[in-house]
Parts: sequence; C-alpha cells; structure tokens
Amino acid sequence: MTALTWPQELAIRSALALTVVAFLLGLFSVMTYIERRLLAFMQFRLGPNRTGPLGLFQPVADGIKLFFKEEFVPQAANRWAFIAAPAVAITTALMAVAVIPYGGAVTMPRFDLLPEWLRGRPIPLQIAHLDVGVLYLFAVSTLGVYGIVLAGWSANNKWSLIGALRSSAQMFSYELALGLSWVGPILLAESLRIEDIVACQAGGIHRWNAIIQLPAFMIYLFAATAEVGRLPFDLPEAEAELVAGFHTEYASMKFALLQMAEYVNMITVSVLATDFFLGGWHAPLVSLQSAAGVNLGLLWFGGKTGALLFLFIWLRGTLPRLRYDQLMRFGWKVLVPAAVMHILGTAAVILWLTR
Amino acid sequence: MAETILFYALAITAFSAAFAVVLQKSALGSAFALIVVLCSLSAIYGLLGSPILATLQIVIYAGAVMVLFLFVIMLLDVRREKGGGGPRSFVPLALLFAGLLVLQVGAVLVGSELVPQSAPFDGSAKAFARRLFSQDYVYVFEATSVLIVAALAGALALARRRR
Amino acid sequence: MPFPDSALSDSQRSDRPPSSIAGIMHANLPGGVVMIREFRGDLSITVKRETWAAAAVLLRDHLDCDFKLFLDLCAVDRQGRVDRSERFEIVLHLYSVSTKRHIRVTTPLPESDPRLDTLTKVFKGANWFEREAYDLFGIVFRGHPNLKRILTHESFVGHPMRKDYPTARRHAPGKCAERVLDVPQDSQGMVVNLGPSHPSMHGTFRVQLLLDGETIVDAAPDLGYMHRNFEKMAEARTYWQIIPYTDRLNYCSPFMNGHGWALAVEKLLGIKAPPRAEAVRVVLSELSRVMDHIVCIGANVVDLGAITPFFVTFRAREAIYDVLEACCGARLTVSYVRIGGLAQDVPEDFDALCRKAISAAREVIDQADRLLTRNVIFVRRMREVGVLSADDALSYGWTGPCLRGSGVAYDVRKNHPYSGYEQYDFDVPTGAVGDSFDRYLVRMEEMRQSLRIVEQALASLPGGPVIVDDKRVALPPKSAVFENIEALMNHFKLVFEGILPPAGEIYGYTEAANGELGYFVVSDGRKCPWRVKVRPPCFNLYQAYPRLIKGGMIADAIAIIGGLNVIAGELDR
Repeated sequence: MTALTWPQELAIRSALALTVVAFLLGLFSVMTYIERRLLAFMQFRLGPNRTGPLGLFQPVADGIKLFFKEEFVPQAANRWAFIAAPAVAITTALMAVAVIPYGGAVTMPRFDLLPEWLRGRPIPLQIAHLDVGVLYLFAVSTLGVYGIVLAGWSANNKWSLIGALRSSAQMFSYELALGLSWVGPILLAESLRIEDIVACQAGGIHRWNAIIQLPAFMIYLFAATAEVGRLPFDLPEAEAELVAGFHTEYASMKFALLQMAEYVNMITVSVLATDFFLGGWHAPLVSLQSAAGVNLGLLWFGGKTGALLFLFIWLRGTLPRLRYDQLMRFGWKVLVPAAVMHILGTAAVILWLTR
Repeated sequence: MAETILFYALAITAFSAAFAVVLQKSALGSAFALIVVLCSLSAIYGLLGSPILATLQIVIYAGAVMVLFLFVIMLLDVRREKGGGGPRSFVPLALLFAGLLVLQVGAVLVGSELVPQSAPFDGSAKAFARRLFSQDYVYVFEATSVLIVAALAGALALARRRR
Repeated sequence: MPFPDSALSDSQRSDRPPSSIAGIMHANLPGGVVMIREFRGDLSITVKRETWAAAAVLLRDHLDCDFKLFLDLCAVDRQGRVDRSERFEIVLHLYSVSTKRHIRVTTPLPESDPRLDTLTKVFKGANWFEREAYDLFGIVFRGHPNLKRILTHESFVGHPMRKDYPTARRHAPGKCAERVLDVPQDSQGMVVNLGPSHPSMHGTFRVQLLLDGETIVDAAPDLGYMHRNFEKMAEARTYWQIIPYTDRLNYCSPFMNGHGWALAVEKLLGIKAPPRAEAVRVVLSELSRVMDHIVCIGANVVDLGAITPFFVTFRAREAIYDVLEACCGARLTVSYVRIGGLAQDVPEDFDALCRKAISAAREVIDQADRLLTRNVIFVRRMREVGVLSADDALSYGWTGPCLRGSGVAYDVRKNHPYSGYEQYDFDVPTGAVGDSFDRYLVRMEEMRQSLRIVEQALASLPGGPVIVDDKRVALPPKSAVFENIEALMNHFKLVFEGILPPAGEIYGYTEAANGELGYFVVSDGRKCPWRVKVRPPCFNLYQAYPRLIKGGMIADAIAIIGGLNVIAGELDR
C-alpha cells in the first residue's frame, strides 16, 4: 500500500473528525433520553413516553423547543463573555475527542465509488495520533473549566458565581487525581500514546488495567465523576443549593450547548476509562474477539463504554451529594495520596520485575 | 508554507492578546486575554516540533495557574472592579523594565551569535524526559519543586495568620 | 340549653390559690398576681405588667414550676368588652415537661400605653412571637432586639388584628426591603438570598445569608410571604366554618389541623366525640403523620441531591391520600372533621384501604431506610449538622420530632392523651445529639410507631355514631331534616346561629406532625370566636434556623431546613 499524500491524509482525518463529532452529538441527544428513561424506571416512573414510539422522539422535541426559545442575555450580564462561555465549553469538550482511539483499524471496503487510494486501506479509528496523547487530553480537560467559570461569572448572578467557584475548585482538585490515575497504565505501556496503552492490554481480561491497576481504576472513576460534575459530585450545579449553579441564567441554545458539553465530557471520560482500563476494543477472552470472521472490536468498545455511562446514571439514581468541604477533603486527602502511593507501588514493581 | 502562515497567525494573536492584557480595564478581561496568549504560545511550541512542551504549557499555565488567578479575581474583585488605574509611581519602573526587555530581545535578534546555537532538537516526550531527568537538569528541576513547595507553605502560613 | 360555664363564675377574682403554682407566685411576687382562674382545666394567672418578666423568670426557674418549654405568646384585643378593664391582654403559654403541666400567664395593657417588657432574654423563642404581637396588634416590647413587622409587609399601615382595623382597607405594597440582614461595613462577604423562590425553600420564605466563601457568617430569615391572617378570618367565621381554613395550615398533613381544632372547640364546649369518631380521627391523624414525615424526609433528601428516595416514599403518600379521598372525597383539603365528631361515617372498605396504606408505608419506609440510614454520604451530610441542645430547644419552643430529636421525650399523645391515645401501645423515640440525623431517625421511627397505632385502632374500631348526639353542636341527619319540622328548625338554627359556646378561653393542643399544634380560643359566648391564636409548631422551629446554620456551609443550611420541615402555610398563617 502506497503512502498517502497530505491532501488524502487531510481528507481522511477530516471525515473521521466529522463522523466522530456528529456521532457524539447524536449520542448526546440519545443519552438525554436514555438517562431520563432509566432514572424514571429506577424511581417507579415512566419517564418521557409520549413523543413517538416509546418516547423516542423526545430528544428531537427537546431540540426543537430549545432552538425556538428566546435567546436571552440578562441585563447585568457581561454580554460578550455570556455568549462566549457555551462556545468555550463545547469547544474544549470536543477537542478532547481528537486523540482518543475508538476501535482498531477499519478496513475500507473495495467499492468502486471510493477513490482507488482508499479501497481496502485500513483506517485506524482515531483522528490524531499524538505522541503525547495522554498529556494532550490532560491539557484539554484542564481547559474545560473555563467554559464553566466564564458562564458562571458572566451571568452576574451570585448563585452562578458560587457555582463557578465550586466548579473551578472541584475540577482543579480532581484533575490532579485524574491525571495521576493514568500514570500507572502509562508506566506499564511505556508510552504516552493512548493506542499503545490499549494495545498493551490485548490478550484477555487478565491483562486489563482494571484488573492489574485496580486502585488506579477506582481513583479514575471517582475523579472522572467529579470532573464531569455528576452525582455525588454535582456541586457546581447542585439545584437545591445553587438553583442551577453556573447555568442558572442560560436558556435556549446556549443552555443546550452547556448541557451538550457536559454530556460530551461524560461520554469522553467513559471512552477514556474503556481505553485506559477496560482494554479498549479487546474482548475479555481472545476467542470472543471475532465472530464469523468479523472483528467485534467496535461492539466490545461500545458495550464497555455503555456500561460505564449506565454507571453514571445509576449513581445519579442512588446517591445524595457531598458537601463542599467533604468533596475537597476526599479529593486532596484521599484520592491524591492514594494515587501517589499507587504510582510509587507500580513503579517499584516494574523496577523489580525488569531488574 | 502552511506552517509559516500558521506561525504568523498565532504570533499576531499572541501579540494582540498580550496588548489586551495590559490595556484591559477589568482584571478578569486581562486574565482571559492572558489565557489566549498562553494558548497561542503553546500552539507555536507545537509548530516548532515539541508537542510535549505545548501541552505542558497548557496544563501548567492555562490549566492550573490561570484558574487560580481567575479564582482569586472572582472571589475578591468582582465588586471592586471599577477601581481605575494603579498608582502613577509605578510608571518609571515599568518603563525601565520594558526598556530592559526590549534591549534583551533586540540583542537576541540582532546578534544571534550571543546565544549558542543549540543542537538539533528532538522534541518527543522521551527526549524531553531524558534531558529533564539527566545530570544536566535534574537538580535544577528538583530545586524548583522544592522552591514551589516552600512558596506554598509560606503563602499558607501568611494566609492563616491573617484569619 | 346553655353549655355549663360554672368554672368561669366560681373561681373568678378569687385570691384563694387553686394550686401550688399560685402559692409560689403569691409568695415570690407579692402583690404582683392579680387573678388566678381555672377554666376547663386550664390554669390561668393574671399578673401586673410590672411583674411580667419577673413572673416568666420565676415560672421558668423555680424548681416546683420548671416551665421551661416556651409554647406561645400572643395578644388579645378586648375592645368593646365590658368584663375587662384594659383593652389589650398579652397571653403567654408555657409547659413544664417534668411536671406535665401547662400554664397561661396574662397581663392587661392599656390602650394608651401598650408597652411591655420583652421576654426575649427569658425565652429565646419569644422573639418572633413578640414581633408578631407588635405587627398585628401594635404592642411595643421594651428591650426587644429587633422589633420589626414580621408577617405583614414593611409598608403595611396599621395593625390588622386590632378590632378597630378597617378590614376593607387596601394597600399598595411599597418596595420590599432588599436587606434583612445587618451587614457590617467592613465585611468582605457576599450577601445572597435563599428564597423566597428557591428550589430548596419548600414554600415561600426567605433567608438572607452573609457568606464568607461557602461559610455562612450571618443569617436573617424573612417570612410572611404566605400570610393571609387566618386568625383574623377566624374571627368572622363560626366555629365549624373555620374547619376548612385549618386544612391550609400545615398542608402536608391537613387532617391533623382539623382534628386539633375540633378537639379545642370540644374542650371549650365541654363535650366529647363518640368513640368511633375518635378512633377514626386517630387512624387518619396517624396516617397523616406518616404522610407528613414522608414529605419531610423525601424533600430533605431531594435537597441533598438524591431524588430516588423521594419517589420511593411518595408512593405510600398516594395510598394514604386514597384513604382520605375515600372518606371525604378530597385528598388535600379534607375538611372531614366536625365539631363533636366527623362529617360522615367512613366507607365500607375503610379497613382494607388503611391496611393497603399501612403495607405500602411499611414497604417504602424499609426501602428508604435501606437507601439512606447507612448511606455514608447521607450520614455525613446529616450528622453533627444543625445541633441544638435540649435546653435551647425548649427555650426556642421546639416541639414534636425536632424536640424529641434533641432528647426531650415530650409527646402530647403520651403526656396528655386525647382522642383515646391512652388505649394504644406506642413508643416515643428520642435522639441523643439533636442534629439533623437524629431528627431524621426520630421521624423514621415515628412513622413505624404511627403505623402500629393505626393497626391497633383499626383492630378495635368501635361501632356507633360518628358525631355527638347533641342538638347544640351536630346537624341532624339529612333524612330527618326532610321529614320533620323539629329537625329542620334545628338545622336552620345551627346553620344560622352557629354553635354558641360559653364565654371563656381555652388552649387546645394536639401532637401534630411537626409538634404541638395549639389553638388558643377566646369565646365571648357568640357564634364566632373572639380571638383564635394558632400556635404553629414550625414558627418556633424556623426561629432557631439562623442559629443552626451560622458557621456552617450553604449545603448545611439546605440539609437543615429540610429536616425542620418548615411549612409556609403554617408558618405564615
């Protein structure tokens, strides 16, 4: 197979990027529906079931409603920042997906419609192969806080501001634990490329980082839940305390964008958990990797991610929320020390084994 | 070609944002402009072939330091934002340091032999780590972290005493 | 045939002490006691206004008195009444948990100089009650720290509960006060409003907070947004016309308010409802208590971020609403009780419906128990939060589950059984620390005990009529009204002239879901009460709220308010 010229490369990457973003945004609306239905079932309710069969068109109806709602900027708000905030939020949320691998390589079919250089070419399902993919993710996730801070501050609402403050403190604190929880898998894979970390886990469930790096996996789950602001860590928007936190003053599409950013982040951290700890697209048993000659990698990947997304919804249906100081204490006094200890332990074991 | 265009676009963004940092009336506006500066610089590092430096720039400056800045500004200065300019006595001092900076940058630009030509630079994470943790830099690196810890402890002690 | 009112005539203006308390009063306040009366078992002592505060201190601190529980303080306007020398009268109700006695202390105040020493230094709970008397009657309390209007709007003119207040007068409300809180000049803190329309304020009331970061430095509550002056309305209604208004007091357990009102009027009349009516009242009251506690716990947990327990518990509430609906056709505004009994007999499937409600309640209580009681996050949010000691709780006038959470085992049903509570076997749970978690645990246990009572009452549900056979109180059956002239006349007279109780004043009290629900009723013998004062349990609870949240965080304030179960309808009346 010949090497690609840069326009061809650009075309492939752009198509991939568009596909991923479109898929994510579609998944966002589906997730709102699934979350509402699942929560309802956990609470002896039915949830939205009137719009279309089983209420499946509910996201569409919500979308239409949000599109046609009045665009509204509070008088005392900082207009420019108020409008920019949702854009910042969704941009940073979508930037993260660029370096995440979504599955192994997919071989393009040999259709006549396709240009010849594309026929039969294996295309890895990853937009950008970055040498420092993990660090890039970390960098983007640290930027994620700006959307929320900007939103909370610009609205000129005290509850929003408290929400923004909580949010920045929370994300800042838990990012540390989040980043540290990745170090174990990085040490094992000896690479900062996420695809290498996934590859390192091939060969069955006993190679998964969720098993051999269990503490890191637990720390990651806690930190990720806090990072995306879901219960029991949903303090930035704790509706009973802060009305709606940083997005109190938002309505219509600006609200939808903030919401979208939140769900995209939730999906991202689930995908990352799959890649870092659950073996990515590798089956728990090698024999289950393909059936009838078809590689089931994507199915495994989707299944694992879906399970994690369900976990987020399940948590929301079960737990109350922490208090601010408890949250901080848990982050700094439990998660960070535990993560550091785990890194030291992992490093020591690796040194001892490779001596 | 594309790289040159990108470089100039980023450089212009960084420059104008830097001006905005100085000229902005509101502290928060300055902070956000500074974030833009840092992000454009990070992109320039990326263009220069060191993705790790680029990401570290974002993680540390844009992601951590500036968040703390914002935190402080929002907590303290929301109501007193319309405070006006600072004391005039800083102007000569500011001019002096600005002049020094111009001289320094000018010296680098005019007589580039003042700076030793660096060896071909491998910007990958591995190379970066080897340089950082080798004999050349490891002591400096560790000393810096000790310094930061000391500063942290000092800040904490000062803040506690005020209570 | 008039109701017996001998008690009023024979012990009036008597210097002979009817009890040891009077002796203590006479001995310690020589010349200070004007009059001691007893009517329907209520001991009432009138003191001179100079000895007002001294009398309160004496009653609180004297070992043989020990009236530590502040119940109620209110004013009465006697304008136009010949039997009193002065226009105003201030009435204080106290209770002694150790000796299980109520006492009423009154003092007359002239119209020309309606001023009185404050009791805020004696009882912490007196603060708001004095503000209310100032607001509604224009009584000035000397030395009160913050004598401002409390129930009506700041721009209100006049004192609405005075008899000469023109009720047709209308006000255009002025601007609402932006600051309820005194913020020090050098304060760096942020002032935020929790309410009046805020997701965690269940009902419309407001707390203004001064924040230092997330920590609450100072708090000032503001209420009266739902004030409709139930007490003034009651003065223009006959005794049974007041029943529907009581449904709107604590609207989470409406039946209990009517129950309390009926008992108070029955006490005034000196009659007793038939056993079947009393048993049904107990069943419905206890089911209402379960319902109220369910709302309290459910809403509290929602405020903490857990929505599921809320939906879990509310299923039992539906089953209980079904019982009420079957009895009277209404779910919320039941108005099922009547003076002397009930509006009608319970339906045939009453027993089955109740048992269904009981099993539903048992199930959801257990489920909520499993979801919450040992949930680490929930326990950490509730424990050591909003602690109030037993002494302070008494001084604030806390009653009900909140007082019991602070460790005082005072339950009207046990201490002063009414409606046949003495027949039933139940326990009174108490807490040890007095924090939000104790209040939660007490409520959980009370629900179980209530279900026990309901089961016993259902098992021994007596037959017979559900309203007294007394022509002065109960309407004749509809069939009789259609068939004979005596019944028709009786019906006509009762509807037009109402129930005519003897002149006198009583304090009727029951254990409502939130605590002691008291009705202080002053009758002048006419068809409408001269004065009705509701002692709303959550008025006292909410008064302690600022003290509970100071120094805590916003999240604590939310966790505490839900556990106090402040109901705006009852708070603002």
